[in-house]
Amino acid sequence: MVYGLFQIALTLLIVIVLAPFLGKYMARVFIGEATFLDPVLVPVERLIYQAIGISEPEEMTGWEYLKAILYSNTVMAVLVFLILILQGILPLNPTGLSAPTWDTALHTTISFLTNTDQQHYSGETTLSYLSQVAALGFLMFTSAATGLSVGIAFIRGLTGRTLGNFYVDLTRSITRVLLPICIPVALLMIVAGVPETLAGPETVTTLEGATQAIARGPVAHFEAIKLFGENGGGFFAINSAHPFENPNNFTNLLQIVLMLSIPTALIYTYGVFANNNRQAYLLFSMVLVVFVGLIVVTAVGEYQGNPIVNGVLGGTQSNLEGKEVRFGWAQTALFAIATTGTMTGAVNGMHDSLMPPGGFSTLFNMFLQIVWGGQGTGTAYLFVYLILSVFVTGLMVGRTPELLGRKIEKREIVLSSVILLVHPIVVLIPAAITLALPDQLSGISNPGFHGLSQVVYEYTSAAANNGSGFEGLADSQPVGTALWWNLSTIVSLLAGRFVPILALLLLADSMSHKQAVPMTDGTLRTDTILFTSITAGIILILGALTFFPVLALGPIAEAFKIATGSLT
Amino acid sequence: MTSDTPSSAPRQSKGRRQDRRGTPKVNTSGLYKRAVRDSFTKLDPRNMIKNPVMFLVWLGTIVTFLVTLAPDLFGPAAGKNPRLFNGLITVVLFFTVVFANFAEAVAEGRGKAQADSLRSTRSDTTARKVLPDGSIQEVSSTGLYKGDQIKVVAGDIIPADAEVVGGVASVDESAITGESAPVLKQPGTDISSSVTGGTRIISDELFLRVTSDPGKGFIDRMIALVEGAERSKTPNEIALTVLLVVLTQVFLIVVATMTPIAGYVRTPVSIAALIALLVALIPTTIGGLLSAIGIAGMDRVAQFNVVATSGRAVEACGDVNTLVLDKTGTITLGNREADEFIPVNGHSLQEVAATALTASIFDETPEGKSIVRLAEQLGAKAEVAPEQATGVEFSARTRMSGTDLPNGSEIRKGAVDAIKGFVRSRGGTIAPDLDDAYERVSRLGGTPLALCRDGELFGVIYLKDIIKPGIKERFDQLRRMGVRTIMLTGDNRITASVIAQEAGVDDFIAEATPEDKIEVIRTEQAKGKLVAMTGDGTNDAPALAQANVGVAMNSGTQAAKEAANMVDLDSDPTKLIDLVTIGKQLLITRGALTTFSISNDVAKYFAIIPTIFAAAGIGALNVMRLGSPDSAVLSALIYNALIIPALIPLALKGVEFRPLTANQLLQRNILIYGLGGVVAPFIAIKIIDLAVSPFL
Repeated sequence: MVYGLFQIALTLLIVIVLAPFLGKYMARVFIGEATFLDPVLVPVERLIYQAIGISEPEEMTGWEYLKAILYSNTVMAVLVFLILILQGILPLNPTGLSAPTWDTALHTTISFLTNTDQQHYSGETTLSYLSQVAALGFLMFTSAATGLSVGIAFIRGLTGRTLGNFYVDLTRSITRVLLPICIPVALLMIVAGVPETLAGPETVTTLEGATQAIARGPVAHFEAIKLFGENGGGFFAINSAHPFENPNNFTNLLQIVLMLSIPTALIYTYGVFANNNRQAYLLFSMVLVVFVGLIVVTAVGEYQGNPIVNGVLGGTQSNLEGKEVRFGWAQTALFAIATTGTMTGAVNGMHDSLMPPGGFSTLFNMFLQIVWGGQGTGTAYLFVYLILSVFVTGLMVGRTPELLGRKIEKREIVLSSVILLVHPIVVLIPAAITLALPDQLSGISNPGFHGLSQVVYEYTSAAANNGSGFEGLADSQPVGTALWWNLSTIVSLLAGRFVPILALLLLADSMSHKQAVPMTDGTLRTDTILFTSITAGIILILGALTFFPVLALGPIAEAFKIATGSLT
Repeated sequence: MTSDTPSSAPRQSKGRRQDRRGTPKVNTSGLYKRAVRDSFTKLDPRNMIKNPVMFLVWLGTIVTFLVTLAPDLFGPAAGKNPRLFNGLITVVLFFTVVFANFAEAVAEGRGKAQADSLRSTRSDTTARKVLPDGSIQEVSSTGLYKGDQIKVVAGDIIPADAEVVGGVASVDESAITGESAPVLKQPGTDISSSVTGGTRIISDELFLRVTSDPGKGFIDRMIALVEGAERSKTPNEIALTVLLVVLTQVFLIVVATMTPIAGYVRTPVSIAALIALLVALIPTTIGGLLSAIGIAGMDRVAQFNVVATSGRAVEACGDVNTLVLDKTGTITLGNREADEFIPVNGHSLQEVAATALTASIFDETPEGKSIVRLAEQLGAKAEVAPEQATGVEFSARTRMSGTDLPNGSEIRKGAVDAIKGFVRSRGGTIAPDLDDAYERVSRLGGTPLALCRDGELFGVIYLKDIIKPGIKERFDQLRRMGVRTIMLTGDNRITASVIAQEAGVDDFIAEATPEDKIEVIRTEQAKGKLVAMTGDGTNDAPALAQANVGVAMNSGTQAAKEAANMVDLDSDPTKLIDLVTIGKQLLITRGALTTFSISNDVAKYFAIIPTIFAAAGIGALNVMRLGSPDSAVLSALIYNALIIPALIPLALKGVEFRPLTANQLLQRNILIYGLGGVVAPFIAIKIIDLAVSPFL
């Protein structure tokens, strides 16, 4: 127990120490100040800008920024879909895999495009190296960079700046944030034992004399961006539970730190932009408290194990079902909360096998979407909640509510509301439809409360652009079930990604055009412990109460059922 | 300005702010009876749809009514006695809607009562319209349009807001202002050339040009506003409505998807229970009280005897960062008083007092009278009887006044510069100690008047500005609320700085011109601030229009009133400070009840979800230990319905405002309405459950 908690505490400490450094570095990058990489990158970026025809980048309005995102994302999606569907005739296909079904190809494309990386396939048996690296690997960089750009543009607008130019932000996100970390991390991964090869599977003879094909491939660099870009899509089906993706405790630590890096740091980036580090510290602390709370809930649940099993064993045994023994209950619990909190979606164990407190916590993370949250968007959502808190409670000080001196008016409320509204729509409605379908079609493997969690989890994961699976859900076969899941989650993926981006950019645009009112004693300060606590309350009431009924009928009901010792 | 004489009009007399609070002397008899009736007539769906939150409750009521009649309408009903349960829910929901309507009806009713008393001054009168050919035609006052010329004679009620174009007459404005002393009206002057409809001319006759179309006068605007008839929603109210509608939609989705989700885990929930859950979760408390809060806010402004042209202006008052205030009348009492005679040029105090007294025997201004008073206190006697001398009136050109004695001596008092010129013109010299005296008076914040007899300087009269009692405390309060005050005055810099210091304003502009006024407003606005100001003269009109909140004095010119977005019928510029408070109170009330309404959801969730999903084995979450699923749902709903009438007094009266900083206010209100909103329903629902569960 103590050892497990020590592992968790150490990991968190590393994250807490690193966040301000990366945050301030990102602020320099996006404010356009000189950084140590300039000598190398300035010429490279100039070449890129010339190639895409924006040698003199113009400032974009919210709509222009959005259009740039939609155009570029559409082109990327078409390209990737073509590679997947044509992989049978394209090179770098050592195992001679044929094309996946059209709906799987489409779902995979949209899923990686939206930084979700929900996978309704097994990587090693479905996709060629070209598809993995050139198609999905490419989207892992661009989708992460798109999210980061949106986050930066939002922070710019909120702090009264112009939004910037999407193509420049996208380029700089990749050249100055993602690549400089991913390249050394990939090398580190290789050193730690992750393969990086274009050779086909290794065929070996096992001790029992049977022949086994061991899948491998260019995994190391894939891992780096998978986690640092909060993508989460695994090279192999079982993701970071696979010994080639995540061989040991060192790589496991590295992966957890990587996925937490950008969303934790971005809060500090905001602090620099807003010239208000105090608020950054407070918001960071608020999220950290929720995060640690969920880790504790999950870890305790896993440590205590299943009372029914314990009853059979006659002693307390931590829950190791669906876990890699090399990681144990603590590392798996931490990984589960980190991956669902940050919308990464990589897994190092089966979330399906988590005890109900873990199921509750992982779902809770994805309902809130701000316990660090997605690349760029998570931080933006945090400020959307701040806007809503300012609006509701700010009236109580007798003035039109304002954030950073900018008045919150109808337009801002409408746009914030869109973000508040879209999540329950794309989670609850498809979940309700699926649960109304017969089990056979919906592919639920564990009927009852757990089955409900499986379905809700899948749509929540899609809508929050997380991508992790509760698993245990037969979402890839038979054909009808696969078709239903692929197509219905595409709706959640797209709506969960682009509708909030639209609202965020327009919100940023409208805030940036407002004249800042100078601070007086009559101004409600948002950088106080009191206000930050109120924000936490508003987040819980607006964000979590919406999903209270499904949580009650899913993990909470399941927990009570297990507690009674009932097996059915 | 604060006469306590009771007015003959039905309106409350002008008094200090405290007297006016809470007890509007309007006819409230039958108000509640009418409000009860209105709360039912308001059930008309065409009316209900204006309030989306309550409209949804109304629709829910209809559905639960249907399942009361036919419990199996949407599938087989469960429970012991579904018809009784559904029927009870229908009744509670129905009353939720009626209570919300009642809140609005009471607010409107109070406004109407206020309006009726105003309207009584507004009864149809016959007006003499002057036709272009000069002939006179009798028309109804409602047939008067902007630009029409009319004639009024003593005894007439002035039929419309108008500007005096001819004649001189005194007008009794007590019906509007409560001030019983008649006011002299004549054309061409800034202040006294405009008349208000509903006031009575008590001597002579006036020719007027009508300045408003029928139904568009100030009184009409006020009536429309307090009645809530033409009330357009204010920007904050619109934004808040958006948020409430979105919350409603969120919970609509939650509840609508619950049937298949709960059905999947074999814990079916009846349609009536689902509707009950929906109504409990959507923000009905604030949804039901929102319009009442707005109407009551307008009503409070009207009770302060201020006409606002829009609710937007009232709301803007709460946002004001800077107040631009004229010194005279706002910060200091209008009248200055002689405080001291300072002899110069070797004269004795007695000589100066006697000369000052002689100079002032014809001076009828309050200042002149105070000089006489002071001189007499010092035992001085006038040199001549008034019959033997000739008075010289003050004029803006000469800037002095005085008395010509029978022996040819000319005694003058006036602005120091002007007297200096007069002395020189009579061959005199300027005594060196004059400037010392002048400066001394200025440093004390007073106005120096020089006094001379022909070419000989006698002394300086110290006119003391009297700062209104309590004004410093008001400014301190404003500062704590983050509102800056800027004083404008025609005084010299030294005087201005002393008064500014004493009154505790944050900044001042001395020797100010009307252009300075608009300039200071623009400068503040360029910094992103909202500026409020008062004004009365024609040359104030551009500044009133430029300011975010411009309050014109009713005694002011028509141009000023047109440019302003509020008119103070009492012509009391200090009221601007009260208006800031009213604006803030309006916003605070809205925010507090919204916070309360949303916080309530926690308890309602904990009351309803564990009990209606009891089949899923989550009964342990029933932390309130409510009797049964049916009683839990009913208790939450009854609480939800009863909280609306319980909060009506608060919505109408407004949350008590304290002059605190924003953060102190937040701390206080979040504790009461946020934390209180979480805790109160837990207790209330438990109590209701104890009361109803034995009957189910």
